[in-house]
Amino acid sequence: MWRDAWLVAGKDLRIEARSRVVVNQVAPFAVLVLLLFAFALGPDRAALAQAAPGLFWLAVLFVALLSVQRSSSVETGEGTRDGLRLSGIDPAGVFLGKAAAVALQLLVLEALLTGGVLLLFGVTVRSPAVLAGSALAGTAGLSAVGVLYGALSSGLRVRETLLPFLLLPVVAPVLLCGTRAWEIAFGTAAKGGGDPFVGLLVVFAAVYLALGVVVYGALQEAP
Amino acid sequence: MSAVSAWPAGRARLLRAVGLVGLVGMGFTVWLGLWVTPPDKVQGNLVRLVYLHPPVAWVALYLAFGTAALSSVLWLWPRTRSRFWDRLAVSAMEVGVVFTALTLVTGTLWGRPTWGVWWAWDARLTSTALLLVLQLGYLALRRVPSDADVRARRAAVAALVAAVDVPIVHFSVDWWHTLHQGATVLNANLSPTIHGAMAWTLLLGFVSMTLVFVWMLAERYRVELLNDRQSEAGLASAMAERWAESGGRAPEVVGERPGERAAAPAGVGS
Repeated sequence: MWRDAWLVAGKDLRIEARSRVVVNQVAPFAVLVLLLFAFALGPDRAALAQAAPGLFWLAVLFVALLSVQRSSSVETGEGTRDGLRLSGIDPAGVFLGKAAAVALQLLVLEALLTGGVLLLFGVTVRSPAVLAGSALAGTAGLSAVGVLYGALSSGLRVRETLLPFLLLPVVAPVLLCGTRAWEIAFGTAAKGGGDPFVGLLVVFAAVYLALGVVVYGALQEAP
Repeated sequence: MSAVSAWPAGRARLLRAVGLVGLVGMGFTVWLGLWVTPPDKVQGNLVRLVYLHPPVAWVALYLAFGTAALSSVLWLWPRTRSRFWDRLAVSAMEVGVVFTALTLVTGTLWGRPTWGVWWAWDARLTSTALLLVLQLGYLALRRVPSDADVRARRAAVAALVAAVDVPIVHFSVDWWHTLHQGATVLNANLSPTIHGAMAWTLLLGFVSMTLVFVWMLAERYRVELLNDRQSEAGLASAMAERWAESGGRAPEVVGERPGERAAAPAGVGS
């Protein structure tokens, strides 16, 4: 399973490296989202610093949506899905590989967004461990649910509208917990202690990774 | 127009009796809740909504979602895979949407005088609203035209993904420490904070609402079963018409898979 996951992740990342969709389109979109949020909130630095964690995670959700759509669309080409099924690769490996590829792309985009938040919104990091821990756990959860729903809506004519409708409510806990954890990391939270939120993000990621490993095979059977 | 029956008369009568007992029980709950039980010393007359809100939430968050999730698991498990579980899952989810919406409405009705606002961004309230969106997403997914097996497979996975949200709803009060009061019956110490006539009225509310749910679920299942039979009958009839037009006789064995027998038009739906 792990070897298959490695192969699939490598395949998806190679496709991305050649097409450069994330670098040329998704990354500029992520920065644009941050700028537009700042336009909407005004130049008040205190308000921007207060809202920065929520805006960061909201931007992450938007770019995650694009990354998931991209990840599932590379499998919808003529015969691609059948080819993957016929190759004998373990479906759990396909799921983990695709989730790992999406997670890696998201982490790069999050690094870019973090730089943007620090630069544009005037916040400083007080607790790097909470910041990094919540980002890693949140990204793992987002990728797992994203790949699962990407496969679920793959091949449907209404995929573009259905995917956000299905995905965003499920990942709302990531937005909530990620935002609270980053408020603590930036020192803008009313209360301290980031552990419950980081812990909840870890549980979220673990549950959906396990669910994906179990049910991805059934989704692969769907034409 | 004659009514189309989906199951034997005995079972239909039993289900009607379950529905009737549930509705009468609800009537008694309303009577006891409004006129017999005393007002609460802290919440006053607002407590009367407690006889309705927790039973509705119990059905929405646990019974309906639990049934949909369990049915989805049984559909996905190859050994138990049957169209029955898919029909039961969609029926439970659709009835669950009604109860989740009612949970939100009764919750905001209670929240307005208690918190002073209709919507307080309380964690449990927000999570329940998200749950409603998840349920609507599941139903939207089912509306997308596709092969019955593919649709069932996708819907089963979507139901499982959504069901993971239910524990988050349950524990959100403890995790985020927000405005919503703690659980009255199923709290951490398993020690109900309600007693006497109030406790019995609440218990009656739970039992009655559960019976109403069972009745609604069975009726919705019957509609789904009839829908399936109608689709099958429509297909068989269209095939027979097409063969009659071409002047030929319908082959004895047709179908997508080798060995699959086409249903005879006259026998379908019986």
